Amino acid sequence: MTTSAPHHAVPASSAAGRRTDHPAIEFVGVCKDYLTHGEAVPAVKSLDLAIAQGEFFSLLGPSGCGKTTTMRMIAGFEAPTAGKVFLDGQDVTGVAANKRDVNMVFQSYALFPHLNVLQNVSFGLERKKVGKAEIARRVGEILEIVSLTGMEKRYQKEMSGGQQQRVALARALVNHPRALLLDEPLGALDLKLRQQMQIELKRIQREVGITFVYVTHDQGEALTMSDRIAVMNAGLIEQLGTPREIYERPATRFVAGFIGTSNIVAAPVSRVEGGLAVLDLGPEERIVVPVPASVPAGREIEVSVRPEKIDLHRTAPQAAGSVLAGTVTEVVYHGTSTNYTVSTSTGSDFVVFDQNAHDAEDVASRGERVFLTWAPQHSYPIGV
Amino acid sequence: MNRVKRTLAPYLLVLPGGLWLLLFFVVPMVTMLSLSLQQGDIINGYRFTGHWQNYVDAITDYRVQMIRSLVYGLVTTVALIVMSFPIAYWIAFHGGKRKSTYLFLLLLPFFVSFVLRTISWRQILTDDGMLLHPLKEAGLVSSGFHILGTSYAVIFGLIYNFLPFMVLPIYVALERIDPRVVEAARDLYAAPMTAFRRVVFPLALPGVFAGVLMTFVPASSDYVNSAVLGSSETTMIGQVVQAQALANSNYPMASALSFFLMAVLLSGILLYARALGTEDVMNAAAR
Repeated sequence: MTTSAPHHAVPASSAAGRRTDHPAIEFVGVCKDYLTHGEAVPAVKSLDLAIAQGEFFSLLGPSGCGKTTTMRMIAGFEAPTAGKVFLDGQDVTGVAANKRDVNMVFQSYALFPHLNVLQNVSFGLERKKVGKAEIARRVGEILEIVSLTGMEKRYQKEMSGGQQQRVALARALVNHPRALLLDEPLGALDLKLRQQMQIELKRIQREVGITFVYVTHDQGEALTMSDRIAVMNAGLIEQLGTPREIYERPATRFVAGFIGTSNIVAAPVSRVEGGLAVLDLGPEERIVVPVPASVPAGREIEVSVRPEKIDLHRTAPQAAGSVLAGTVTEVVYHGTSTNYTVSTSTGSDFVVFDQNAHDAEDVASRGERVFLTWAPQHSYPIGV
Repeated sequence: MNRVKRTLAPYLLVLPGGLWLLLFFVVPMVTMLSLSLQQGDIINGYRFTGHWQNYVDAITDYRVQMIRSLVYGLVTTVALIVMSFPIAYWIAFHGGKRKSTYLFLLLLPFFVSFVLRTISWRQILTDDGMLLHPLKEAGLVSSGFHILGTSYAVIFGLIYNFLPFMVLPIYVALERIDPRVVEAARDLYAAPMTAFRRVVFPLALPGVFAGVLMTFVPASSDYVNSAVLGSSETTMIGQVVQAQALANSNYPMASALSFFLMAVLLSGILLYARALGTEDVMNAAAR
């Protein structure tokens, strides 16, 4: 973590050949307090984080979780109260925003309304005193990547939201920054366009090979695009991992609830057999969950299971894994799946997604008594 | 019936204002235009003869005052831009929750009548007034030094009296700038001054444009400041019009002078709008 020896200054124009051994972005013990009515309110509490070169990294969390503050500290718009920020191994903690080799795509795009597309995109290169011919070449290249060729003379008010979005992206990417920061850039777009831009962003990132740091509260967006996700809550990182890890193995109750839908049951461990804990909930009802050896019988644990892993039966099954009985209270048809809400003897309602792959009819209807089963590996103990 | 009402509604709404303009703007303008081409004297009355000589006389006799007025107006306007921008900028970006208080403080002196305020400055600036008396006592300025009656005093009065008309439009323009746009400039390697020069100032230009219109025209045609703070060396065209109309009852000359002044100011503004590029100004304003 103490690789703060200033690295040689790399000219920003050679983005491709700029792989170093350092993480693209690194936070070491970073805290950020805001003063509100004379009182220090923490926005980010003790953040240690390393984002790798070329990574598509998402900061995901509800509003007020500290994700935007974290991003603004990378950009240089906020100074940490304590700790250090490194870019490519260089300590940039006290460096002004205009002297940092990172660029940002703002939520509101923040295009210069008095400048046209060409002038907007050239702005950064002009400040860096890049030659006219070189600017023309690079701007032309980036406009082609974001499919805006031919729009050079347009002003912001003459463009759609999606086009403005691309200008904002081009304006940042044309500088070949060490990292591109995106602050909920798709928030203002409608659903279709948003999904289109998600794929587009991913393609562009692959094409330019720049580290992307993506701030969002939309878990779907983060899961779709990211190499890794940091789920933040109340100024802390709750979990850091690949989308699959975070979805399949939520580390905390918060993550389990924030990412997708989770069914969570708390019960004491009845016995442990070969790495599997069995939680007996009734004569024919039990939950089977893989646990580390450190979990003894008798300890109460929280178990999470995703709705799409559960099978719904009308008759009592002879399954080896988890079995729960309950009554269907809600059936919602979603096209690709049917969602059931089942009130169980554990006291909590379970949500079950049943793919409409074969059956034209619903498995069960409201008020019907059903059995829920799922394989042991699909349950997951939280915080163990 | 309903459709008729709906088509008529906009016209009905514009009717009171339209009538007002017709009565108190168009009619007097036409009357004045006709007056400026009349001949005669106050005892025998004036008669319309299409007498263009009035304009020739106005220009040849009062060229000095005309040029002086435009120079005063120009100096005042430039000084106002330089002074108002920092004030408006500070209130817009650093005023915090007290923005309206600061704006109110700025306007507070203007609750007192225009003439009264100017007369109080006369008291302050006079040779033995509260400003010069102590300075002369202390030997910091020579006893023969005076401010009142000079061009400086008149321009000072004009600047003082028109300050809010420049600050307010610039403030409104600055206030509308999204702070993220300024951050974007910083993010794109612009140092604070560069961000100001390349982003903040261009975006505030519509406000400057409005401020110039609201100060240059009335400052150039003002007659109070020169009358109260100036001397015969600082006579402005407004004073000449006033004297011709009220003292000499030479209505044709007063009208011809007014019309000529209006023509000069209008063409000045058109040139100015042309030079600044109204297109770009409007683009920025309409974002």
